[in-house]
Amino acid sequence: MKLFSISTLLILSVVMVCIPFTADAQETLTIVWAEWDPANYLQELSKDFTAETGINVDVVQIPWGNFQEKVFTAFVGKSKLYDIVIGDSQWLGRNSVGGHYIDLTDWINENIKVDKIYGPAMTAFAEYPKGSEKYWALPAQVDAAGYVYRKDLFEDPKEMKAFSEKYGYDLAPPKTYSQLRDVAEFFTRPEQDLYGIATWYSKEYDGISMGFQQVMWSFGASYGDSEKYKVDGYINSKDAEKALDYYTDLLKFAPPDAPNYYWQETLNAYISGKVAMGMNYFAFFPGVVNKETNPISHDKSGFFIAPAGPKGHYISIGGQGMSISEYSENKDIAKQFMKWFMQKPVQEKWAILGGFTPHREVLQSDTFKTATPFNEAFAASFPYLRDFWAVPEYAELLDVCQTNWSEAISKIKSAKDALNNIARKHEEIFEDAGYYDE
Amino acid sequence: MQTNRFTRGMSDYQLKMAFIMPTMILLILMNIFPLLWSLFLSFHRFKASMPTAPKYIGVRNYTRLLSDPEVWGYFRTTAYFVVLAVTAQFFIGFGLALLLNRKFYGKGIITTLLLLPMMLSPVVVGLFWRFILASDNSGILNYFLDIFLKSPIRWTTDPNIAMIAVVIVDTWMWSPFMMLISLAGLSAVPKSLYEAADVDRASAWFKFRRITLPLVSPLLLIALLFRTMDAFKMFDIVYVLTREGGPGTVTETVSMNLYKLAFRNFNTGKACAMAYILLIIIVALSNIYVKYLNKVKDEV
Repeated sequence: MKLFSISTLLILSVVMVCIPFTADAQETLTIVWAEWDPANYLQELSKDFTAETGINVDVVQIPWGNFQEKVFTAFVGKSKLYDIVIGDSQWLGRNSVGGHYIDLTDWINENIKVDKIYGPAMTAFAEYPKGSEKYWALPAQVDAAGYVYRKDLFEDPKEMKAFSEKYGYDLAPPKTYSQLRDVAEFFTRPEQDLYGIATWYSKEYDGISMGFQQVMWSFGASYGDSEKYKVDGYINSKDAEKALDYYTDLLKFAPPDAPNYYWQETLNAYISGKVAMGMNYFAFFPGVVNKETNPISHDKSGFFIAPAGPKGHYISIGGQGMSISEYSENKDIAKQFMKWFMQKPVQEKWAILGGFTPHREVLQSDTFKTATPFNEAFAASFPYLRDFWAVPEYAELLDVCQTNWSEAISKIKSAKDALNNIARKHEEIFEDAGYYDE
Repeated sequence: MQTNRFTRGMSDYQLKMAFIMPTMILLILMNIFPLLWSLFLSFHRFKASMPTAPKYIGVRNYTRLLSDPEVWGYFRTTAYFVVLAVTAQFFIGFGLALLLNRKFYGKGIITTLLLLPMMLSPVVVGLFWRFILASDNSGILNYFLDIFLKSPIRWTTDPNIAMIAVVIVDTWMWSPFMMLISLAGLSAVPKSLYEAADVDRASAWFKFRRITLPLVSPLLLIALLFRTMDAFKMFDIVYVLTREGGPGTVTETVSMNLYKLAFRNFNTGKACAMAYILLIIIVALSNIYVKYLNKVKDEV
């Protein structure tokens, strides 16, 4: 009896150990991305790849707040968990120099028609160092910061009349930051729980930096000299000071919690009818035009590109590139998927599903521009896109900006002090990393 | 036969070692080695995300950190938080324990309910307090305070108030811990002492000052020690509630900054140095407490 029991237990154990292997016999490609709608679209799109090849695709989604930490910690531990990483453009420097992404230059030149990909997207999401023609990724999702506005408010004859009487010009989606301020001021009515604008001020990850940098560029300032890595005199210039004062001033026309606003809070403020205009990346806008997630203004929302400043017109680039992890055991399958993904019919379907395709022809087609109410404004943003530093030290540079700009908008520091501190700290980081060594 | 010969051959010492070794190996692997390795790294320039080997730079990580006014700012913020939060938790926790240290109907259920906050995950606590403290009319606290106030309190975005918000949340969560330890101390005080004091017609204040406080103080000090050590490491509530220590650096504690240094910037060498500075401070503080605790115990 005892022998029988032991034998039964042994057999059961063997069966239990074998079951997962039997079920997992089919090859699986694991893609890691942030938790948002485009990742769902990719999961949907990849069903076609599975149908063609028999290879399963699992799109693992990590919340934005700890997306970077989770992926980077996996890299440090040389984890085989992820085959393809769809990471931010700023990650390129750290992950290429760090040896976490594989060099795709030769493979891309042999297998991908680079001229079919939108040029600035290839530079922003795939190339490091910039201009070197060394590729570490393929653009997966091109994105830009843009604005959503309440058409019902903007097109209300009473509002239009009142606005033109007060400001001397017609109420319309703002084309300049000066107009943006006027419109934001006009719609700020705390007694009605309505405010002019919701934009990114949060200290989380890259919140305030992505929101403010496009204002800073458009006011004539920049992060620094991208060849000599000199920062002093650029990021703390008079223009940068004016831009930061402007961005701080804009808070007067935002809801009380606005200093904590990141993409989710900005979206919620707009959807709940609390603001007349909201800044966000276009990829977050599907929820705005969806009746289920936005019952108040899903059919009353218009979109416009980020305004121009007194000294230029620049917009924060968003989106991510698709890279292969050095530690993946499925590198060939990953390449097979990426090659499949870049085909025109697949990119067309990607665009129809809601993905922001990097394919030049698809991107410029009328089908794409009319696929959603915001695609046209998104496409119009392309000539103005700019990016943060993409060097391996980007996280430290970003952290300094986040902290100091957050202090400036909270009036803990003056704009001048905050910008001078950023300049000093950024140069310290570059110096430590050896950028000034002869 | 083989086994018998094997066990017969083991001395008492060997047998003891055979039992202790698995735990010792685990401790060395999980505690001692990381401690020594991080000490080694704190004297090196090293980034875990980069393939380059650690480069010895002496005490430069330490001098750089200790000469950075911003780092001192994080220590000041942490000290400010520790003093405010632990003091509030001490008085509230001890007060609650005094109230609960008597027989009344429903004592069990009330004690259990009061203990609930400390059983929750700090991240969950931070998240739901984020909603309670929202500055607009969706925040339930401001909704009720609206009757008394002209404009909403910007709990987590006003630089003058954000720290108070963090202290409120931490106090809500950890006062029950103070209460629990105090209650254990109070219930251990012999009833006969109070009866003798009653015979002498001692006042309530006299009984509290001369009987309750001296007998409970060793346990209170232990509770204070635990809370101080824990509060010094404050991370999760700040991470969630004030979005990584905002506004600006008003609520950015040393641990919050350490997290960014280690896991966002992957400045591993510098992060290890910072962790050691924090460790030394906590050990020093704990020693002061322990010395005082021994003194109190001797007096009792």
